[in-house]
Amino acid sequence: MTKVSMTVNGKAVSRETEGRTLLVQFLRDGMGLTGTHVGCDTSQCGACVVHVDGVPVKSCTVFAADVAGGHVTTIEGMANADGTMGRLQQAFQDCHGLQCGFCTPGMVMSAAALLAVNPTPTEAEIRAGLEGNICRCTGYHNIVRAVMQASGQASAAVAAE
Amino acid sequence: MPKDGGIGASTKRREDVRFLTGKGRYTDDINIRGQAYAHFVRSDMAHGILNSIDTAAAEAMPGVIKVFTAADLAGVGGIPTGWQVTDRHGKPMQEPKHPVLAEGKVRHVGDPIAVVVAETLDQARDAAEMLDIDITELPAVVDMRAALAEGAPKVHDDLTSNLCYDWGFVEENKAAVDAAFASAAHVVSLDLVNNRLVANPMEPRVAVGDFEDHSGNSTLYTTSQNPHVIRLLMGAFVLGIPESKLRVVAPDVGGGFGSKIYHYAEEAFVTFAAKQLKRPVKWTSTRSEAFMSDAHGRDHVTKIELALDADHNFTALRTDTYANMGAYLSTFAPCIPTWLHGTLMAGNYKTPLIYVNVKAVFTNTVPVDAYRGAGRPEATFQLERLVDKAARQLGVSPVELRRKNFIKPDQFPYQTPVAVVYDTGNYDATMDKLLELSDHAGFAARRAESAARGKWRGFGVASYIEACGIAPSNLVGQLGARAGLYESATVRVNATGSITIFTGSHSHGQGHETTFAQVVSEMIGIDAGQVEIVHGDTSNTPMGMGTYGSRSLAVGGSAMVKALNKVINKAKKIAGHLLEASDEDIVLKDGKFTVAGTDKSVDWSGVTLAAYVPHNYPLDSLEPGLEETAFYDPSNFTYPAGAYGCEVEVDPETGKVTVLAFTAADDFGNVVNPMIVEGQVHGGLAQGIGQALLENCAYDAEGQLLSASFMDYAMPRADDLPMFKVDHSCVTPCTHNPLGVKGCGEAGAIGSPPALVNAVIDAIHGAGRTDVTHINMPLTPARVWSALN
Ligand code: FES
Ligand code: FES
Repeated sequence: MTKVSMTVNGKAVSRETEGRTLLVQFLRDGMGLTGTHVGCDTSQCGACVVHVDGVPVKSCTVFAADVAGGHVTTIEGMANADGTMGRLQQAFQDCHGLQCGFCTPGMVMSAAALLAVNPTPTEAEIRAGLEGNICRCTGYHNIVRAVMQASGQASAAVAAE
Repeated sequence: MPKDGGIGASTKRREDVRFLTGKGRYTDDINIRGQAYAHFVRSDMAHGILNSIDTAAAEAMPGVIKVFTAADLAGVGGIPTGWQVTDRHGKPMQEPKHPVLAEGKVRHVGDPIAVVVAETLDQARDAAEMLDIDITELPAVVDMRAALAEGAPKVHDDLTSNLCYDWGFVEENKAAVDAAFASAAHVVSLDLVNNRLVANPMEPRVAVGDFEDHSGNSTLYTTSQNPHVIRLLMGAFVLGIPESKLRVVAPDVGGGFGSKIYHYAEEAFVTFAAKQLKRPVKWTSTRSEAFMSDAHGRDHVTKIELALDADHNFTALRTDTYANMGAYLSTFAPCIPTWLHGTLMAGNYKTPLIYVNVKAVFTNTVPVDAYRGAGRPEATFQLERLVDKAARQLGVSPVELRRKNFIKPDQFPYQTPVAVVYDTGNYDATMDKLLELSDHAGFAARRAESAARGKWRGFGVASYIEACGIAPSNLVGQLGARAGLYESATVRVNATGSITIFTGSHSHGQGHETTFAQVVSEMIGIDAGQVEIVHGDTSNTPMGMGTYGSRSLAVGGSAMVKALNKVINKAKKIAGHLLEASDEDIVLKDGKFTVAGTDKSVDWSGVTLAAYVPHNYPLDSLEPGLEETAFYDPSNFTYPAGAYGCEVEVDPETGKVTVLAFTAADDFGNVVNPMIVEGQVHGGLAQGIGQALLENCAYDAEGQLLSASFMDYAMPRADDLPMFKVDHSCVTPCTHNPLGVKGCGEAGAIGSPPALVNAVIDAIHGAGRTDVTHINMPLTPARVWSALN
């Protein structure tokens, strides 16, 4: 056990942690931040994506100790300061970009990271950017629309509509 | 103008807020003080004799509370099967025991042998390494035909063979069907495989058992589509716990697609162990475990034949199918290839004679059960591939051959030769809509443009019909169901007028909390925000059968409407008393009760308050309170139908298929929330396209599972799919339920695989390669390339 300290959603945290504890376990079991999900054990599904120092990371694939000192943002940290949903979250609701909601936190975190580097992505760029996140429910159609909307592009820009 | 509330409005989903802010409460988010962790030790062999298990070393490991094997489960019954199929000769199917933990033999990779329960999951896993399990490996049967051969190894030694049943439907039609083939002008036949799939909801299964020592009550939190069904099966058949002592909770569930209908061994185990150890026990599946323990789907091998007369009217259809059951019978497995498959073989067509033969086979593989569509995708795939092949063989348009044989709108209700009565439909209308939306007229130009780039473009269509709204209980009882298939709802009107609905349906992505509230809002005329939908907990919802088979709105919604009508009738009596008028003269509109033809009125909340504060109330003739329960048992299935079109490009150099466009024109009857309906179709299309292009659950000849993770089972990803065009404007309302709804959850997965394969064959034929008449799914580049070379 070693003490691991980091900043999660703007708050400093410090916990005794085993070397083999994954970041997702640190967040879910240690801090009760159950918004971050685990959908696989081969680093393939993206349900666990969080941001570490602004970069999207599959939290099932890194040890908590490896992000010591870092700034972690989870889905719980994506709301506006007044508690309302952020623009991207709102776009997911507006466009019906989620059904069961299980992939959704990871999807939102990956989409937010995509928009941070490419504020007005094309449909193809959105699809490529979300390639590491599996959604079994939506067929991605409405997720693409949500990211389009959040990026301020009319959903008319989407080819088939 | 689109409505902004009530039935027909694309109301945004209320449940989204919690999911988008990380506040969803899925089963794995539930941790109970003092819980222990269960780790299942599973067979890595497909078939073997379980000689001995030495648990001593494992039990001595740090943190281990107990190691369980079958010997520790005295008094625990086997996992039951919910459906008994009777074979062609009138005999019941062969039904093997399905123990919670392996007894004497292991029968598939993933078969649970032992469970280590420890203080932490890591300790349980570490201790599992110390188990000494002695298994003598036996030859495995994987291929269904080989499993039926003389002398094949038997999956279950106490059964006469690996044949579960040999089902004929309609057996009495067989001779007439054969005669029709003998005199047919044309016969078209096709051999095909419906590939084995894994449902893979993104949330793996989780079960948490809890036991309350002071009351003796057990609680199971589980990722289920139907908590009441689990309570019934597990309580009555496996653990012997009466319903009154057993609560099953399925909280937010992260998708199901059928795979979370069934009662699984892990659920029974944690409930049993919690009681025995007197502490909560939690099990969370890994994805790798899910691949080898969640029931799989499809896996049919079929020969199908169509007889036509000289004018191309279909005169008879005959099929010969092998359906894989896996090593044990999962909860609804026997009915999927029979009653949910054979009854749909008429499709949208007036084929007068049909004979379906299905041989269900035990193999050393994971049990197979319903997966989105369940039997109906298998029926549709065969039929729509065959009709397409017939058109090509006869040199006629696939669209026109379908139209010629469609059941026409004036022929409803239509009795098919395979036992079901379609109440309503208009198949030409959805076909017209499909051709319009997919710009069929412009296809030739697009094909030429592709050809100029060295690519082969194809367009394929498929019609489909499905039977949803499952199901009339008396009918399914005759067919072998061991359960009723009604649904229930309790409407609790609170004193201030807000309403709590307790439904037996279960939402795991479908958005019931939003749509059911829309229906209530429409019927009462109050804001949907005043309506709360409660589901998923047997302790507060009436006995219901849960969500699958696109049944929630058609059956669960109907139960709710029925209960609401009871509430409204009573409320009118109260209003009549308050307004000093006869309740027959009371009209409820926009949340207000009015005496017809007058301006005398009382608000909804005035009536509800009177019901609970009955000072001025007809106590001599009416009970106080305003709460009603209804059970709704449908009188028929519902029959969503439609036409799907797929446009693909094939790269002849590599065999790669690209889906350029996909269009779905559906008739779902009336629609409560168009946004949600479209989302359901999108998701179904992705799964159907996934089946046709990417997904395949593969075993090797020794029964090793080759596709056991997302690395080797190709799930559709965002960059595999196009934007979809979906339409549900062709409406023939269901004639026998109060909302006129048919169900939309499975259609996308049913109609899309044949449309896609038909499109690929069209592309290949368009390039002159008419020798290629079929390619089995998934149409990977390797398979397409091999077919061409
Ligand atoms: S849980 Fe699947 S990638 Fe992390
Ligand atoms: S919303 Fe269910 S997996 Fe994406």
